Amino acid sequence: MDHLDDLENQSIFILREAYKNFKNLAMLWSIGKDSTVLVWLARKAFFGHCPIPLVHIDTSYKIPAMIEYRDKVAKEWGLNLIVGQNKKALDEGMNHTMGRMVCCEALKTQGLATIMEDKGYTGLILGIRRDEEGTRAKERYFSPRDKNFEWNFKDQPPELWDQFKTKFKDGTHIRIHPILHWTELNVWEYIQREKIPIIDLYFAIEEGKRYRSLGCAPCTGSIDSKAKNVDEIVEELKHHTTTSERSGRAQDQEDTYAMQKLRAKGYM
Amino acid sequence: MNDNGSVANLSGRQMRLVIVGHVDHGKSTLVGRLLSDTGSLPEGKLDFIKDICERQGKAFEFAFLLDALEEEQDQGITIDTSQIFFKTLKRHYVIIDAPGHKEFLKNMVTGAANAESALLLIDAYEGVQEQSRRHGYILKLLGLTQVAVVVNKMDLVDYDPEVFFKIKSEYTDFLKSIGVEAREFIPVSAKKGVNIAKRENEMPWYKGPSVLEMLDQFEESVPPSHLPFRFPVQDVYKFDERRIIAGRVEAGRLKVGDRLIFSPSNKKSVVKSIEAWSVAEQPTEAKSAESIGFTLQEQIFVERGDIASRVDEMPIVSTTFDVNLFWMGKRHLEKGRSYTLKLTTQEVPCEVIEFKKVIDASTLETLSNQDFVAKNDVAELTLKTRKPVAFDLFGVSATTGRFVMVDDYDVCGGGIITTYTPSNKEDKLRDEVRYRNFNWVKSNIESDERAYRNGHRAAFILISGDSGVGKADLARHLEEKLFKLNFQSYLLDRRNVGLGVAADIAPEDSKGTAGETVRRFGEVSKLFLDAGHVVISTSNAFNQDQDADIRLLAEPHPVVDILITDEAHPNREAAVVLTLKEAKNQAEAAQKVYHYLKDQKILTGHNYSI
Repeated sequence: MDHLDDLENQSIFILREAYKNFKNLAMLWSIGKDSTVLVWLARKAFFGHCPIPLVHIDTSYKIPAMIEYRDKVAKEWGLNLIVGQNKKALDEGMNHTMGRMVCCEALKTQGLATIMEDKGYTGLILGIRRDEEGTRAKERYFSPRDKNFEWNFKDQPPELWDQFKTKFKDGTHIRIHPILHWTELNVWEYIQREKIPIIDLYFAIEEGKRYRSLGCAPCTGSIDSKAKNVDEIVEELKHHTTTSERSGRAQDQEDTYAMQKLRAKGYM
Repeated sequence: MNDNGSVANLSGRQMRLVIVGHVDHGKSTLVGRLLSDTGSLPEGKLDFIKDICERQGKAFEFAFLLDALEEEQDQGITIDTSQIFFKTLKRHYVIIDAPGHKEFLKNMVTGAANAESALLLIDAYEGVQEQSRRHGYILKLLGLTQVAVVVNKMDLVDYDPEVFFKIKSEYTDFLKSIGVEAREFIPVSAKKGVNIAKRENEMPWYKGPSVLEMLDQFEESVPPSHLPFRFPVQDVYKFDERRIIAGRVEAGRLKVGDRLIFSPSNKKSVVKSIEAWSVAEQPTEAKSAESIGFTLQEQIFVERGDIASRVDEMPIVSTTFDVNLFWMGKRHLEKGRSYTLKLTTQEVPCEVIEFKKVIDASTLETLSNQDFVAKNDVAELTLKTRKPVAFDLFGVSATTGRFVMVDDYDVCGGGIITTYTPSNKEDKLRDEVRYRNFNWVKSNIESDERAYRNGHRAAFILISGDSGVGKADLARHLEEKLFKLNFQSYLLDRRNVGLGVAADIAPEDSKGTAGETVRRFGEVSKLFLDAGHVVISTSNAFNQDQDADIRLLAEPHPVVDILITDEAHPNREAAVVLTLKEAKNQAEAAQKVYHYLKDQKILTGHNYSI
């Protein structure tokens, strides 16, 4: 068994625990590589089926190719796709020029909160990883959020021997992170091994530029890269990278503790 | 802030290493130093942190590389565990930096439970402290015994060997008392980078490895594929025509064609296929740590919590066992309160029935006559679960010998099962049933074939109520009614068993022999049930203990309770409750029971004419 099998086995175990323990469960699909790997893992866990609905929070500022890819894959894989949007904030003209953290919180966090409330989800599966940034490094596989959507990172439940927090008070919900223990390279190696169709924005199709992390068009920058396909990305990550994955994500750089502040309020 | 000290270029398996010890003994500094000295920091990270320190008017510390939360940097203590990735020439590591403050024990446990090796830090200047001992004890309870001790801040004691050897001797004695042997004691200065990546000249008297050299000597833990097969059922899926039993192999190996038994229900079947999606070839084998799914040849009822094993290597099944436990709850662990025990995928209410020994984990002092466990302490105690659970002793098969306890909504304790003796009557009977079921010489005729011929499944009908309510009359009437409908009914009166099979022992009302009479009655019933009959018998309502024994002996056949009572809220559960008046009208009462048996598909009707 190699390290990708180890990672896969653990993630499948977590997905199955989530599916068994939460009656009203959804999975967040950002269209990026991590959550697409998550959908793939769900199909592995449930033997070709994805019995969990997928929620996509559409800020309306996403790169258009992402929406196209989303609808195509959803159809091919027979996914139950639910799209959420904070229409009120958009109608009032919310955009990143009003402050990146303000915009992220309104369009992403609030957009998510609204659909969670509408659908009554008590469990939400997300594709975050510990190696992405500092506050995510301190996450649990099963991480509670209170009534106001807030994450109390100072008082998290213990997590040992794969016994997770599956009991919670009414009005609160649990965030579930099945690929928390993967690294960026693991994700790409797995995409390579499993031949998972990934959106081509990650590839340097022209001009020596590619996206390393996907978000909204105005706040996501591309990086210099010659990697044109999955194999070349794996090589690039193995040998030529010392910058961080989210260096192209503008909201992270807004403030010293930007991510901690955003995530404490319910950001993904 | 962006990356948390991660080097992205990691491929291959990672050794999971936890760093523990008393607060402020330098864990985060050691980790920061390891990252820096191995060139594992992302570009600009060091400058980024230095810049923050300058802006906030603080001196730079390596610990800031790890402490991602604003509170952690402000207070200068690690609150939660973080995970950091780095590599040596030999392999990749994920380091779990666990907090050393007593308040955050549950975070330390979270980190350490997932590790396969540990570094325990002791400050040379302060010496062995509370958490040095507590963490040592908890590593042992977590089964994490690949430990090296790092004596840090040697620069503060002028690299004095006497200080080092005094700490080494004191802590070695402590570890010995809990049955742990440290792989090495390494004197270092994390702040100055002495003996971290490589050996330096400050302490020529030290001949052992540097921290990094030590890490590279640790062995990776291997999944227990060599142990007896254990498969706790996680879920049963029916997304398509396949009925897939899903779960993770916790120990041993599985092959298509293996004959499995599910504990505690004792149902058996043979593995028909191992299922998988998007694989080149359908697997025929599975081994420890794999999340898999399989189908069975016979459609037996299996549910989450059942543990599959091979028939000759079954786990223990009991309601009572001894454990070593650590407690992290805000409320004390006490007698008389119900907790949820989570062991593999089993989840049952449990309570403490005896506190054998409560220990202050920071001193190892026994707190005598204390019948509660306070937060951060450990104890040896006896647990009793409401339903039987299947498990192994931790020393035999770790993954099925450990558990957590949930108080209200939160995991508050963790423990390992140390001993089990089938001391009570129920456990002894259960052992007998299991022994009997393994070794039972099977007929060529399957029970399904008998059921088809008879027009009913085997079942035990137990009519209970106070004396004089008409139990015996109803039993006789029911036997006759079923017989006339061509069903194989048989009235088994306890007195008849007493006259023959149990004639050599005193009557069942005399003390001490009642258990044996019941056992014989139960075993006789079992023979009739095996022959496919509907066995009818009666019982006094106050004999609930004996009824539980009979139920156990009758497994896996259903026991149908018929209760005759006028009480609005009888203190026992029953499938059919009849008032005294209803029971008097035997024909109608028998008809009611008959309908129940049909509803439950115990009586299925004959599929052929005689």
